[in-house]
Amino acid sequence: MYQYDNYDQAMVDARVAEFRDQVARRLEGKLTEEQFRPLRLMNGLYLQLHAYMLRVAVPYGTLSGKQMRMLGHIARKYDRGYGHFTTRQNIQYNWIKLSDAPDILADLASVEMHAIQTSGNCIRNISSDQYAGVAADEVADPRPWAELLRQWSSFHPEFSYLPRKFKIAVIASAQDRAAMRLHDIGLELVKKDGVIGARVFVGGGMGRTPIVAPEINAFITEDEIISYVEACLRVYNRYGRRDNKYKARIKILVHELGVEEYRRQVAEEFAHMKALGLNPPREELARIAAHFATPAYESGLSDDLDRSDPDFALWVDRNVTAHKQPGYAIANISLKPIGGIPGDASADQIELMADLAERYSLDELRVTHAQNIVLPYVKKADLYALWKELEANGLGEPNLDLVTDIIACPGLDYCSLANARSIPVAQKIASRFASNGRDAEIGELKLKISGCINACGHHHAGHIGILGVDRKGTENYQLLLGGSGAEDCSLGTITGPGFDENGIVDAVEKATDLYLRERTEGERFLDTYRRLGMAPFKEAIYG
Amino acid sequence: MADFITLRSDEATQEPVVTLESFAGQSNATAVRIEPGEDARLLLGQLDRISLVEVNFPAYTDGRGYSAAQILRESGYTGELRAVGDVLIDQLAYMRRCGFDSFKPNAPLDDADVEAAFARYPDVYQKTIDGRTPIWAKRHEDA
Ligand code: SF4
Repeated sequence: MYQYDNYDQAMVDARVAEFRDQVARRLEGKLTEEQFRPLRLMNGLYLQLHAYMLRVAVPYGTLSGKQMRMLGHIARKYDRGYGHFTTRQNIQYNWIKLSDAPDILADLASVEMHAIQTSGNCIRNISSDQYAGVAADEVADPRPWAELLRQWSSFHPEFSYLPRKFKIAVIASAQDRAAMRLHDIGLELVKKDGVIGARVFVGGGMGRTPIVAPEINAFITEDEIISYVEACLRVYNRYGRRDNKYKARIKILVHELGVEEYRRQVAEEFAHMKALGLNPPREELARIAAHFATPAYESGLSDDLDRSDPDFALWVDRNVTAHKQPGYAIANISLKPIGGIPGDASADQIELMADLAERYSLDELRVTHAQNIVLPYVKKADLYALWKELEANGLGEPNLDLVTDIIACPGLDYCSLANARSIPVAQKIASRFASNGRDAEIGELKLKISGCINACGHHHAGHIGILGVDRKGTENYQLLLGGSGAEDCSLGTITGPGFDENGIVDAVEKATDLYLRERTEGERFLDTYRRLGMAPFKEAIYG
Repeated sequence: MADFITLRSDEATQEPVVTLESFAGQSNATAVRIEPGEDARLLLGQLDRISLVEVNFPAYTDGRGYSAAQILRESGYTGELRAVGDVLIDQLAYMRRCGFDSFKPNAPLDDADVEAAFARYPDVYQKTIDGRTPIWAKRHEDA
């Protein structure tokens, strides 16, 4: 994985010093909260309901064991012993003191990490495929491009005060594991006539006005990606509305200008930018790519597994994914124990995962947008020993992609913007479906919960989505069906009137009962919904 | 405390500043002010008669002026480019990178803070019109 050189380290160290200075000026009263706000936000520090929340960037979701151990250390020393992995492949801490924040950033910098641009109206952490480098279907490892974009977007002078936050995803497979088309810019690396380039999608997003990003360019060569993205952003920054924050995202601009007109303006800007030499040279991409070189796999390893322990066999079937290298496997660690808080891990668990990565996964982990952790390089022969340790520490839940593998935002338990709680709903649904064994019977079902319209829990993209709303001062939940953040990207449709907390659990069960009755061989919930349409589901839920 | 900061060696322009709208009609005007919603490109044909462009930042959160500055500099404008309005310490370095070379903040800035802000980052990751060599180029300079 990528390692900082002196330049990178100096930039991050300078940021720590700058933020230390800003916090000091705030504490001395030289900065008002209003002036301080955007500065702390550029460093991932939010003021939440009960305390400050710090969001730490995990660039494209890739971590070393040492970095993961530091995340555990921060949870223990500065938080109440927990970290929360997010849908942006980051980690956040909910109980941070402002005066500690500079020290935390310094600790992070000591392991080549930071919280730069994890919030605020700037280019956020670049997201990517959690199976990058080990997926059999990729045209290239997307992470070198993601790292190139990380560096380009860090402290970008022109694009640090954008109309709104700006999210970029890079993938390199036809299968989309990163919800690429629900980003402000989605790049899909493709090969044309043996040359690598990117399909460019602009103007996707969730929130109040969810939109699946349209394709703006079918192929931009790998040497021009930076200047093309720069052109996309300049058109946005020049126009982007500041008067209404709900209309300030690029998706609204693309929609209002029309795809054709936006594309034309980007092309014009791009023609101008081409002459400016904004793209790093090939050697720079090659330098970065060398950090992501294929590891020294052992050859001649067996693909056999001893499946005599049925619990282990179940975990393998559910949580282990095929690896491109014979003898190896991709192990998914579910952070969705039944009744737990989706995406949460204790300091002990985080440190254990760091150890396991060092021992079993070539010192590497990934964070997924579904709020789970991946060990990408596990020898099949080690899977049983790995599972034993996960199992013994509350990390062995065999539920990847099941209805209990719920994405949920922090909701009203933590978030100052929330209308309703997300976590208790997730816990109730998981408990209901696990206790009657329906989770296994149903198979793949992506359920996603947001505590308000901002959609941090990706409810629009859930096969089943749940949105917390405020109805006359009480928490109410709307149900959506038919969304997907994958390559068959679609947005869910609201079923009808909302429900209270118990009602929404019942409604989800009614929808899945109908699915179990109606499904044909091999159909997932989403497929059955798409075949039958909303009407029978409405009937089952409200009838 | 400083209420005007310049990085230029020449005298600050004292000409009266006119709006972008009236600029085209006033052939003797040499100083113009751009508001956030206005298109800096409208000036591109007239750059050689301009000695000062003021770009207004009514609120520091409105970053349209950064693109306006870049566009003017990329098109060859060499006169004074002044950021006015809600200009705070923490935006100065980014503004300079986009081509601003003078600053007229609403609230005076502490000289030491200004100096520290300009000196903070040892290097830059992007190529802009400020001519600084980006990190990606330095990395391959010796090679
Ligand atoms: S979706 Fe709403 S409630 Fe949930 S984390 Fe985002 S802003 Fe907060």
